[in-house]
Amino acid sequence: MLTNGRGPAPAAAADYEHGAHRLVTRGTGHLGMVGRVDPAVNGFDPREVVRDFDWGKARRTAAGRTVREWELVAEDKEIEIAPGIKYAAYTYNGRVPGPTLRAHEGELLRIRFVNRGAHPHTIHFHGIHTSGNDGVPGVGQGNVGVGGETTYHFEAAPFGLHLYHCHSSPLADHITKGLYGAFIIDPKQGRPHADELVLVQNGFDTNFDRSNEVYAVNTVAFAYLNDPIKVKHGELVRIYLVNALEFDLVNSFHIHGNFFELFPIGTSLEPTEYTDTVVQGQGRRDVLELRFPHTGTYMFHAHVSEFAELGWMGFFEVV
Amino acid sequence: MEARALPVRRSSWLSGILPLILLGGAILLFVGLDAPGLERRGIPIEDVAVERTTLRPGVIELRLRNDGPDPVRIEQVVVNDRFTNFSQTHQTVGRLGSDKLTIIHPWVEGEAYEIAMVTATGGTIGAEVPVATESPQADAGFFGLMALIGLYVGVIPVAIGMLWLPWIRQIDPRWIQFVLALTVGLLAFLAIDAVLEGLEFAGEGAKVFGGQGLVFMGGVVSYLLLAGVDAWVRSRGAKNRASGVSGMRVALLIALGIGMHNLGEGLAIGSSYAIGALALGATLVVGFALHNTTEGLAVVAPIARDTPPLRRLIGLGVLAGAPAVVGAWIGASAFDTSLAAFLFGLGAGAIAQVIVQLAPSIRDRNGSVLNPLTTGGLLTGLALMYVTALAIPV
Repeated sequence: MLTNGRGPAPAAAADYEHGAHRLVTRGTGHLGMVGRVDPAVNGFDPREVVRDFDWGKARRTAAGRTVREWELVAEDKEIEIAPGIKYAAYTYNGRVPGPTLRAHEGELLRIRFVNRGAHPHTIHFHGIHTSGNDGVPGVGQGNVGVGGETTYHFEAAPFGLHLYHCHSSPLADHITKGLYGAFIIDPKQGRPHADELVLVQNGFDTNFDRSNEVYAVNTVAFAYLNDPIKVKHGELVRIYLVNALEFDLVNSFHIHGNFFELFPIGTSLEPTEYTDTVVQGQGRRDVLELRFPHTGTYMFHAHVSEFAELGWMGFFEVV
Repeated sequence: MEARALPVRRSSWLSGILPLILLGGAILLFVGLDAPGLERRGIPIEDVAVERTTLRPGVIELRLRNDGPDPVRIEQVVVNDRFTNFSQTHQTVGRLGSDKLTIIHPWVEGEAYEIAMVTATGGTIGAEVPVATESPQADAGFFGLMALIGLYVGVIPVAIGMLWLPWIRQIDPRWIQFVLALTVGLLAFLAIDAVLEGLEFAGEGAKVFGGQGLVFMGGVVSYLLLAGVDAWVRSRGAKNRASGVSGMRVALLIALGIGMHNLGEGLAIGSSYAIGALALGATLVVGFALHNTTEGLAVVAPIARDTPPLRRLIGLGVLAGAPAVVGAWIGASAFDTSLAAFLFGLGAGAIAQVIVQLAPSIRDRNGSVLNPLTTGGLLTGLALMYVTALAIPV
């Protein structure tokens, strides 16, 4: 019998064999998936994506302002979203989610966009900017055709946790296939020093039935169940939580054994809530701050249990 | 003469093979030129049928058959919106190939489960467990139970029905014709029933072996086989037997046809029981007993004027009834929808053959088959089967 490379599959079935020594078992845990996704196949690794912030290239103008520049390339790429399951994705810079772009409030941002995909695409940034730089078909530069390119420029405002994504039609298709990423604008005075993490909640409709078969944070199902995110006991942890899920109206984040301060959209430096669960609609973002008072292994997952067991589950390992 | 005949024979062989050689050449040329159409474009067609579902505590087992043109690679399994642990015998299943999935899931008695097998391309293959219940173990006790059920729904009712023989021997010879017509009516009902059941099975499982075509193929095969056997028996019988044998011959054919139908019926019962879809209650046995008793009457109707020895009568009864036992065994242990469709087709064809055999014996003096007496018998036969079929809770 093949077991797809994972441990002895019938172990969970053994939970049904009566006998005192079997009444409490660890079984195979929550992980139902067999096998692992090799990060080398995708060219990006959720273990790195979680702490990967792209500050672009910064330079100073004569007037003393900082100009920050990025190049984002849209390209079609087959990625493995769960062990053995391939997905024909659209990507920014070959990864899903796209790079986490980060700047300071008030900086001038220039994003050169090159379309190497097979369909027209755009980049639409959430934030305050002119209509010409909105990345919407039919307005300003509009759709960037196959092989085309453009540059979006605007000032970084307001501070907070934002989103960028493709705005070409059909909208849900272009987004769900992978053209989205987190966009962080730090307040001028900065935020307290912390171990910062970015978690982009997403899902994949692998059989084109307008509903997701696989759910995840940072694309690969159960990635952080296999490889827990390591954090330090007592240290301030800041989570940039983004919901890029399509088809399902609501997603959520729940943490075990702990509570967090909630900064909705990250646009205020005062938290509004002290909670252990936050619900996010489509396109919603929140900044979360917490410290782990105990060492050990703590789950985090969508409290939409269906999503949790379809891939959106992970662990923090507090050391 | 020999020397001259040989070249003629050789050339006739050649002319017979020539089209095949040309066909082979044409195919080679097509392949050699890498002609378009050989490599299908687009994403693979993933068509997989679930042939059998077995439930054990904490485990759901699925036997799959690749029903489509392309190989299928199953990577993950989702049960009721939850990725679950599983193992399988063949990760890549080629055309016609089969795979057995052992899925670990803590299923609950009486609940429904929706299973999605996710392939390497992200496609999903669906399977359903409408009502979860533990599958019976195929041990000696189980086969004994199936044998008992086969006896109750097949052998015993047929044997009881055959006890009408003394009665039909006493009735007015004109009424014999009525009874024979009634028999044809019974058989016609069984033939229709066999075709419908066969089509139902063919619609459920893998289509790759012919699907609904199997029912009709089965019908044609058994009709021709029985016609051939009958002609052979008749040609031998004509030489050394006196009249009166023909009644026995028809009875034998009827028993055979009914036996094939009961094989299918046993199959349906066994398979339903094995997947837990059948309540083996008194109603089932009573229903089948009523229904199949009429089959016993059909077997003995043609031999009303004969005096066959008892062992021959027992033989007829066993031939007509015992296949239900065999069918129940096959159905419960090695059930396959394609096989079931074909077997029901065989049953229907056999019965059609028997009806053709019986037709001459219900002719009146003017040579017409349909007269008031026989149409009355035919309709009574159909009605009898219809009403008794209502008693079967399947």
